[in-house]
Amino acid sequence: MHYVTARGTRITRAVDEVSFSMESGETLGIVGESGSGKTTLALSLLRLLPTAARFAGGEIRFEGDDLLTKSDREMRAIRGKRIAMILQDPMASLNPLFTVGDQVAEPLRVHEHASRPSAWSRARELLRAVRIPAPEARVREYPHQMSGGMRQRIVGAIGISCEPRLLIADEPTTSLDLTIQAQYLNLLRELQKAHGLALIFITHNLGIVAKMCDRVAVMYAGRMVESGPVKQIFDKPAHPYTRALLESIPRMGDSRQRLTAIDGQPPDLARLPSGCSFAPRCPDVVDRCRAEAPPDVVVAPSHAARCWLAAPRADSASR
Amino acid sequence: MATPVIEAKNLSKLFPVKGGFLGRSQGVVRAVDDVSFAIAPGQTLGLVGESGCGKTTTAKIVLGLEEPTGGIMRFEGQDLQSLDGAGRRHYRKSVQAVFQDPFASLNPRMRVGAIIAEPLVTNEKLTSGEVRKRILHLLELVGLPERAAELFPHEFSGGQRQRIAIARSLALSPRLVVLDEPVSALDVSIRAQILNLLRDLQAQLGLSYLFIAHDLAAVAHMSHHIAVMYLGRIVESGEAAGLSQAPQHPYTQALFSAALPSHPDERREEIIVAGEVPSPLKPPAGCRFHPRCPHAMPRCSTEVPTLRPQQSRLVACHLFD
Repeated sequence: MHYVTARGTRITRAVDEVSFSMESGETLGIVGESGSGKTTLALSLLRLLPTAARFAGGEIRFEGDDLLTKSDREMRAIRGKRIAMILQDPMASLNPLFTVGDQVAEPLRVHEHASRPSAWSRARELLRAVRIPAPEARVREYPHQMSGGMRQRIVGAIGISCEPRLLIADEPTTSLDLTIQAQYLNLLRELQKAHGLALIFITHNLGIVAKMCDRVAVMYAGRMVESGPVKQIFDKPAHPYTRALLESIPRMGDSRQRLTAIDGQPPDLARLPSGCSFAPRCPDVVDRCRAEAPPDVVVAPSHAARCWLAAPRADSASR
Repeated sequence: MATPVIEAKNLSKLFPVKGGFLGRSQGVVRAVDDVSFAIAPGQTLGLVGESGCGKTTTAKIVLGLEEPTGGIMRFEGQDLQSLDGAGRRHYRKSVQAVFQDPFASLNPRMRVGAIIAEPLVTNEKLTSGEVRKRILHLLELVGLPERAAELFPHEFSGGQRQRIAIARSLALSPRLVVLDEPVSALDVSIRAQILNLLRDLQAQLGLSYLFIAHDLAAVAHMSHHIAVMYLGRIVESGEAAGLSQAPQHPYTQALFSAALPSHPDERREEIIVAGEVPSPLKPPAGCRFHPRCPHAMPRCSTEVPTLRPQQSRLVACHLFD
């Protein structure tokens, strides 16, 4: 899949040649820094891109159907019902003027044409499912009467209200405190198990990936530079960017005096260097990297890296 | 031990809460309650805790932006209360801050050179040539090119802006820098650059840091000592490596077990504490953590535990009495 954002006369390839697939019950982590295209990728799965953006090619298959060929009306029936999304800031996702019960019941009323009493009783169950204490009283309250952790759980309840097949969580715990984050991540995992959800985690935090995900895709400058099973990526990263990222984060109990920093800045998407986008910051750069964009190299089963230096690993090739 | 750069003894800060009819007093928030710590020259104290635990109020008191309601603050052995005007000025110059968001902390209408020079111009009598020399020296210290002085903040990325903010904080050659979440607004690949820079500057200039952050691994990496706060009180404090690897207070244990793993195989025992931090307006009686504590005993709800030495560390918990 790739698509292009046009702004005035400049064209930005915000997401370019990104391919992935996932199954129900699976958790995929999409990691990247700001501007790496990870949120754009998530929004394009729901076709919620800003009007200036255009899909330049590719397809998005969801349960076999190409979402890009759907009409707006068909998309509306999918959003919130079969694909749901949880955003970073719960205060911005919730409407301050409606009660929590109204907002949790809304998708049920819209998608399943539930009556108000039945939608509300379902809303109470959902609040209980996301561990809101005293749900009978809380349904009648407004978002401002709740703490940040509770609000984010309400957003989670809205997300699962119509039992979607795919839940996309975009930095869902960035605004939460540590112990509340741990509660919320465990809750998401339980919901996933209970409903067989496919879960996409969009995050810049490799710790969340290590804790939650089965597979991970690393984005850099709009491209997926490496993807594969989480354990393999952490143990044997094949792309220099992934390796550098893993080495640059402080770890509990490590005695390094200095962290391994990545020089330079992430590139401007409108002025990408020719060749590999990471070449200017790459410690292992060779001449070819600056001239030609690297291909996707399969280094091990279901583990690919977009790098000239990546080679199929001996242990997997011999098999 | 050398005289600490800064020492707090039984520090507290109460905020009266007014409201209702005619703004009658409705009680007080004990934002900081009986907090003591000391930072030695060239050392870093990491302050951790969740929102509402009082770490920002503590930082504000250290910066002189809030007056403590009780307790003593000493700077290089001198009681701050006893300082005269010149002493106060010297204190303010010696304690500087770097904030979380370098997009908010730098004036967009000033050139970088003027931003860095502002503390110099307001606090010291220097000729413009001397100021210029100091600006260039500071830019070099934080790894920015000379020409940066002529540019505006919007021409820099987040990491470079944080370097500018650091250069400004160093302009008056402070002894202590308060770092309030200095890297959490930055991109992951940039954070290590800034953390390394801060460590280099500490080694080079003998700076002391009060480091406040959510990322426990970063705090453990940067700090010599760590103090853990919960609802205005320090529940545990001690040497960083020991505390982060073998926390003793049930809250510290829960907090560090909630920290995200650095590898998918890393499975630590998860202690999920129930519920949320209670309102500081109505803190629980006794130990403030007892309603969420997995080891709570009857006396925890009545008696306030005090910090006691426990294996080279201070822990405030009845379990260790």
